[in-house]
Amino acid sequence: MGELRLMKGNEAIAEAAIRAGCDGYFGYPITPQSEVMEYLMAEKPFERTGMVVLQAESETASINMLYGGAGTGKMVLTSSSSPGISLMQEGISYLAGAELPAVIVNIVRGGPGLGTIQPSQADYFQAVKGGGHGDYHSLVYAPASVQEMCDHVKLAFDKAFEYRTPVMILSDGAIGQMMEKVVLFDQVPRRTDEEIIKQCPWASNGRPKTRNHNIITSLDLDPAGQERVNLKLQAKYREMEKNEVMYEEIMCEDADYLFVAFGLSARICQKSTDLARAKGIKVGLFRPITLFPFPAIQVSNVGNRVKGILVVEMNAGQMIEDVKLSVGCKVKIEHFGRFGGIIPSPDEVVKALEQKIIGG
Amino acid sequence: MEEQFAKTEIRKPENIVYKKTDLMVDRPLSYCPGCGHGTAHRMLMEVLEEMDIADKTIGVSPVGCSVLAYDFLNIDMLGAAHGRAPALATAIKRLWPNHFVFTYQGDGDLAAIGTAETIHACNRGENITIIFINNGIYGMTGGQMAPTTLPGMRSSTSPYGRDVATMGHPLKITELISHLPGVYYVTRQAVHTPNHVRKTKKAIRKALELQKENKGLCFIEIVSNCNSGWKMTPVQSNKWMEENMFPFYQLGDIKVDGKLIELPKTS
Amino acid sequence: MAKIIGDIAINNERCKGCEVCIAACPFTVIAMSKEVNSKGYHFAIKVNGECTGCTNCAIVCPDGVITVYRAKVATV
Repeated sequence: MGELRLMKGNEAIAEAAIRAGCDGYFGYPITPQSEVMEYLMAEKPFERTGMVVLQAESETASINMLYGGAGTGKMVLTSSSSPGISLMQEGISYLAGAELPAVIVNIVRGGPGLGTIQPSQADYFQAVKGGGHGDYHSLVYAPASVQEMCDHVKLAFDKAFEYRTPVMILSDGAIGQMMEKVVLFDQVPRRTDEEIIKQCPWASNGRPKTRNHNIITSLDLDPAGQERVNLKLQAKYREMEKNEVMYEEIMCEDADYLFVAFGLSARICQKSTDLARAKGIKVGLFRPITLFPFPAIQVSNVGNRVKGILVVEMNAGQMIEDVKLSVGCKVKIEHFGRFGGIIPSPDEVVKALEQKIIGG
Repeated sequence: MEEQFAKTEIRKPENIVYKKTDLMVDRPLSYCPGCGHGTAHRMLMEVLEEMDIADKTIGVSPVGCSVLAYDFLNIDMLGAAHGRAPALATAIKRLWPNHFVFTYQGDGDLAAIGTAETIHACNRGENITIIFINNGIYGMTGGQMAPTTLPGMRSSTSPYGRDVATMGHPLKITELISHLPGVYYVTRQAVHTPNHVRKTKKAIRKALELQKENKGLCFIEIVSNCNSGWKMTPVQSNKWMEENMFPFYQLGDIKVDGKLIELPKTS
Repeated sequence: MAKIIGDIAINNERCKGCEVCIAACPFTVIAMSKEVNSKGYHFAIKVNGECTGCTNCAIVCPDGVITVYRAKVATV
């Protein structure tokens, strides 16, 4: 068993990055995620493991620093919150196009625009459907606890390198700020430069006389070549759909009704499930852990056994589109959301279930 | 084809005094006839060859005419998003501190869309080398006005000449960054005559030697031509450059050993 | 006695006919061909035997198409 600590979600991200053997963090302050870089600067991983931590001049610079580091085979991380993540979209598209491994953490706050600094899940579409220009996806994890904030960092790095893809951890201001106990995994040593060169033969980190030069780019001016790049990316996404889907089912076996929720909403729905069952309503909870790839078959299997589904999100109805596409139209599917930084209460959710699904 | 004046008796490998370095990939350059990019590329590669550091060098190419520089330079390269090359180079140098890292950027890339990345990489004193090709125009997109376009100079988006009252003044970004304490060596050169080329090569060599010593950021501006964009022949464009660009963008060292050089005042 | 002689070999196919080398040559060795290469460019050619192998033309050639030879040869 690893070390047990009481930590904020944002701190868990930072500590997990150090322990995962991350080579570099590049970021820019924004509420509600500034603790990630604050923790790193105080913890001095440059002395602990040799990890580089740099405060950039903007999110635009941060994501392009990630692109630079990732292009040399290094393990790199950035974190931001919604407006900053919007600024990074260009860079994430380039990372996807150039097939570079990198981890991006979004501690979502309410939008649009400058919005609010309170938690939200309104960046689902942006995270899951691509976000920047061109046909691409990031692999997206949605942690629902501080423990998962920690664990998903390591998982995200592993998958980023396995698939050579940007991976996003889509969390929110509440999980980022709240403190919970977390079991930290043991330190993984940072790879040596020699190990990186061996592990990443595609990376641009200095051409020895024994090989041709490596080029990291997302540009192919030949349409046939660019189509090949796109087909390769799509094949990669199909592989992810086959192998990387993660989800959790809570009390779904005997359920008449179903909540579908991710991240913080799923935490709230867990309590709502208990409250509803105490009232005699047999409801279960389906929680997608990967948002891309979406657990389409799994939610369909559960969803088609129940009388109605309430999709609970801290947005105006985004994941519900994927739930509807997955489950089909035989089952009633409604949305309940609070937005702009409001966190719904478990009671509200039960009431919405009663009004929109059971009574509706 | 039979060469009329060939001295075949001396055409032996041991008599070669100049040939294109093998660090240039053996393929035709995508640049227009007479464009300075090719010469600037070759000088950079000659320096890497002479210092024997090609295997320890990582280059970052921009968006603009030299977007495909990575196809011509036979070293490991990354193609950056428009203007972001100094951000890439910052991370690369920090993560590979014993490698040589350079960016190669045009005026639109470095002095318009990438101004923030340029200034902050300079201000942090990143131990990288920035090679800045200034031809006063957006060549690749078809000759639009650049941040460095001269007052009155015509381009496709300033067809009646750059009107500084409405379009702003040309940005002397090289002078601007030279005042930052993180910047150690700043010089402005050209590549249109043999002497200028030799000086440029010396400047590149100096910058990379300084990078080895971790002295801070070294910045080499190369004022170059864009005969297609300027709508002139290559020879005319070089003459026009001497008569119009050089008085505004004066050649020579601007900062050496971390100290600013006093330039003679112009009108 | 010995004297220095030079020679240049121009890669006609890679020459883009920019003429920058012509101005760089101190001995007016280079001029443009009347013919064109497969890309349609007139290319640089030698028009006399005065080359000293100074390398000016090759250094300034944007496309790096000129190779320069120089040798000391004995004269009678």
